[in-house]
Amino acid sequence: MSNLAIPLSVLKKGDKAIIISLDDIAISIKLMEMGCMPGEHLEVDYIAPLGDPISIRIGNYLLGLRKDEAIAIKVMKQ
Amino acid sequence: MSEPKKIKIALAGNPNCGKTSLFNELTGLRQKVGNFPGVTVDKKTGIFFLPNKTEAFVVDLPGTYSIYPRRVDEMITFEVLANLDNDSRPDVIVLLADASNLKRNLLFCTQVIDMGIPTVIALNMIDVAEKNNIRIDVAKLEEELGVPVIPMNAREGKGVDKLLNLLSSEVAKPKRSFIDLQKLCGDAKELSNKIPYSNEYIATLLAVLHKELNHFQAEKHKLIEEWVAAKKFVVARFQGEEVLQRYNSINRVVNNCVNEEQKENKSLENTSRIDKILLHPLWGYLIFLGVFFLVFQAIFAWAQYPMDLISLVFSSVGNYIHNLLPSGIINDLLIQGLWSGIGGVVVFIPQIMLLFGFITILEDTGYMARVSFLMDKLMRIVGLGGKSAVPLISGMACAIPAIMSTRNIESWKDRIITIMVVPFMSCSARLPVYTLLVSFAVPSQPVLGIFNMRGMWMLALYLFGFIAAIFASFIMKLIIKTKEKGIFLMELPIYRFPRWGNIGVTMFEKAMVFVTDAGKIIVAISVVLWFLASYGPGDEIKNIDKKFVDTSFNSKYNTQELDAIKQSEKLAHSYVGHIGHFIEPAIAPLGFDWKIGISLITAFAAREVFVGTIATIYSVGSTSDMDMKKLRERMHNEINAQTGKKVFSFATVVSLMIFFALAMQCMSTIAVVRRETKSWKWPMIQLFFMTGLAYLASFITYQLLK
Repeated sequence: MSNLAIPLSVLKKGDKAIIISLDDIAISIKLMEMGCMPGEHLEVDYIAPLGDPISIRIGNYLLGLRKDEAIAIKVMKQ
Repeated sequence: MSEPKKIKIALAGNPNCGKTSLFNELTGLRQKVGNFPGVTVDKKTGIFFLPNKTEAFVVDLPGTYSIYPRRVDEMITFEVLANLDNDSRPDVIVLLADASNLKRNLLFCTQVIDMGIPTVIALNMIDVAEKNNIRIDVAKLEEELGVPVIPMNAREGKGVDKLLNLLSSEVAKPKRSFIDLQKLCGDAKELSNKIPYSNEYIATLLAVLHKELNHFQAEKHKLIEEWVAAKKFVVARFQGEEVLQRYNSINRVVNNCVNEEQKENKSLENTSRIDKILLHPLWGYLIFLGVFFLVFQAIFAWAQYPMDLISLVFSSVGNYIHNLLPSGIINDLLIQGLWSGIGGVVVFIPQIMLLFGFITILEDTGYMARVSFLMDKLMRIVGLGGKSAVPLISGMACAIPAIMSTRNIESWKDRIITIMVVPFMSCSARLPVYTLLVSFAVPSQPVLGIFNMRGMWMLALYLFGFIAAIFASFIMKLIIKTKEKGIFLMELPIYRFPRWGNIGVTMFEKAMVFVTDAGKIIVAISVVLWFLASYGPGDEIKNIDKKFVDTSFNSKYNTQELDAIKQSEKLAHSYVGHIGHFIEPAIAPLGFDWKIGISLITAFAAREVFVGTIATIYSVGSTSDMDMKKLRERMHNEINAQTGKKVFSFATVVSLMIFFALAMQCMSTIAVVRRETKSWKWPMIQLFFMTGLAYLASFITYQLLK
């Protein structure tokens, strides 16, 4: 258990986390529109065989995103 | 309350929430595909009747997660809903929301509700929600959202009649708002008062997006600029805070109306389980290869049967009518020009329908999103995204349906690049050309015991096309500029069974779009090509006819041979023949003579025409195996009159292969690119880029080998 905010991109498959903050204003608006709000729970559902993109379960759906975008999401691992 | 005789309805909602199902359910086959003015986005419209006999005109707006567009097609949704002083303004919006994933869907829903246009929410996929123990208090939701809410399962048509009944009576404007505009940006009333049909929220949306609107008057831009300056309105801050405020409201609504048991979500668990196999590092790629081998097989091999049948029917009917009508130029124009041109359009229908049948199944089930997911990293190496994989693979069978399937690529830049590089992939029309040239120039000898030299050459030609496509992709990536931000956020929908009705509608629609839009251009070009190959300047053609009426010189040939010689002489003296002579100096450095020049021009109709034209030029009656052998002999014996050397030297044949691998020798591709990009600019760039590259590469090849 760590209480440091880390980028979503470093999480492993099956990891659960809470979104702490979103960096990068341009991407963050789009991420929020897709349901990635601070305070939301997420789980890393799958990492593509070549390590990128990743799929996360957020709310009641699966969202695929590239590592470039995942870096902007700071999470706290649970 | 006066009842309007006609109403205009707009369907809007998130992607993957069942909008297409509802649209098909409402309109059946009474739908058509047109254009939104000024952009390359298809406009699907349809007509249906409400229970009170009102005629409803419905437009299917591109699915979007937010009113703020990421892409050109999403911009359309905003434009239709916010640019209200034009004819396309809807009377009612039917807003679809996915009940199984309500929170995220409500973001867009509340934005639309805040625009103050009469709105009905179709709470779709209610069956999926129930299955996963998500219970929604619909009455409460109506109260919270301030608009009518109809639970629906559009796939099975449940709830649609309720929607129709509701639309029969007048729908009130929504009254609630989900954000505090005063807090976000101060008073927007002074601005909205000056813009007809707007409200304060629409006015602020225009302040954010007005620069990107296609049809917006200059004085309004000025009004908005003044307001933006006066309020010190900062776009990014406004958008960010708006979304935060909205989610605060949405969380309240969801807490009051949605009762989600903390059991596991069955649909998502099932989907995760299937993903374990379909996204597996080994099985995932094997299944992907298997699926696309099937798709490829279908458009490459299975489509051949209906295509042969279509060709047969068209030529038989053509011959029949040709003999029925009095002979003459009108008869020739109708049958050999127009009718066979139409046949050349219809012949693509099997490939288009088969490919879109498969693609729709893959999309409906949710597998297509996984293909993008699996292929994204690989495709990014060559500068494209995951969604370009399917068109590129399909391009190895035929570029026409492959280019039509780029419609699924959201990023405009990726889509254009894909369209530009797909024709480099070795399509089935190149096969007869390669077969002739390889069997002519390459001896059939074993390599390493199990391979054949000719097979290796064929493989090399296919690889060459693939490498050319990657090379072109790099070039295009440098050339094409875009305003789009390359953000990849993609919903991976839950796995579901395909809807067969939907598949049928899509197959039919794609075939119709091709025939009506691209078909005209193909018919026009084939009539021109037919004319150029059948007629010549002055009396040249007539004189040949006369010469062959006189039977004195033909004693040493039988009638068939005589006819072949006659056709060959006619072609040589036609306009195309003259053009062949005219361009000879330009193509001589490539190792081509004027006869090859003729074939290059006629092969612009389609690459495989090259073989038929060469056969005609060398007075070989048909392209049957026997005649092909004869053709190879005649090609072998052909001597250039000026140089005294063989025309079909090794260098010339390899140069021809390279030329056919790279050149844009397909009028149907040009027509379909024009249809898909809605302008002549891209097909022309493609034509000159590909043919220029072919010229250069053939030039180098010939000069090195000769």
